[in-house]
Amino acid sequence: MKTVRWSIPLALFVVLIAFLWVGLGRDPREVPSPLIGKPAPSFALHQLHGDKPLSTAELRGKVWLLNVWASWCVSCRVEHPLLLQLAKAGIVPVYGLDYKDKPDDARAWLAQNGDPYTASIVDQDGRVGIDYGVYGVPETFVIDRLGIVRYKQIGPLSVESLQEKILPLVRELQK
Amino acid sequence: MRPCPRLACGIALAAFTLVAAATKMDVPADAAFDTRIKTLESELRCLVCQNQTLADSNASLAEDLRREVRELALSGKSDNEIRAYLVARYGDFVLYDPPLKRTTWLLWIGPFALLAGGGMLWWTVLRRREHAGRSTQRTTDPHAEARGRALLDDSDEPPHTG
Repeated sequence: MKTVRWSIPLALFVVLIAFLWVGLGRDPREVPSPLIGKPAPSFALHQLHGDKPLSTAELRGKVWLLNVWASWCVSCRVEHPLLLQLAKAGIVPVYGLDYKDKPDDARAWLAQNGDPYTASIVDQDGRVGIDYGVYGVPETFVIDRLGIVRYKQIGPLSVESLQEKILPLVRELQK
Repeated sequence: MRPCPRLACGIALAAFTLVAAATKMDVPADAAFDTRIKTLESELRCLVCQNQTLADSNASLAEDLRREVRELALSGKSDNEIRAYLVARYGDFVLYDPPLKRTTWLLWIGPFALLAGGGMLWWTVLRRREHAGRSTQRTTDPHAEARGRALLDDSDEPPHTG
């Protein structure tokens, strides 16, 4: 009876600590996207290079990444070397969504830092960004053959996020 | 300057009157529309600066979302449709007043459940204590009482020093 008396508050305390501990490790800026498992919003946008538009319909049948970036975005510079490596490895095509940017600035930025994108599309007024629920550039979406969003990375890509989440998922989807 | 032809003058005057009338009539309607938009915006969260509403935020995304809300409202969408539009893109997090559903019931019920649990615990502890007090009174046996008295008498003696 005596052990029961102090073990209940102790158990409650341990549960509370566990919750708080997990809460400490979570990033409140990462809002889970409601788009996961849903069809990627369609778009038909002008490309940054050349004047042919690109639409989501053309991307059906392959696994692709959509990387939302901008020339004004500072943390895009952080993930850029990884995107270049990814492009070099040729594992998965990466399409760049140039978000709320001046096309001239974007072209200059890519010329200076290297262009990892299979194609870049221009979302000057940010409407496609809103459709994709973009709120913190850079963001990266993994989209499968059927055009379903399978994963969303908020913030810059990292070696860990690529190796642990994105690349295994891409390989799985490409099977 | 040539005086304008009578017909043109007439048309211009009519147009002017119409525009004046229209703007005059639009003013109260617009005010209502503006308050509706403002109310809606103050119920929605800006995702960039997460503790500000769309109405308060100066972030460029908030500007875009305000534009979107206004356009949706102008196209005849209801408040609920506009909320649903944003929830479909950004999740329930955009709502300052999250809906009650499977993933949020703990959030809604939790504090009340905790309060009720604590209240019940408090009540049972009080009950038990009261009960315990009463039962010791009842079960005091003469031997124990005598022993207690002896101990009390003992303490009357001057304290042992050294």
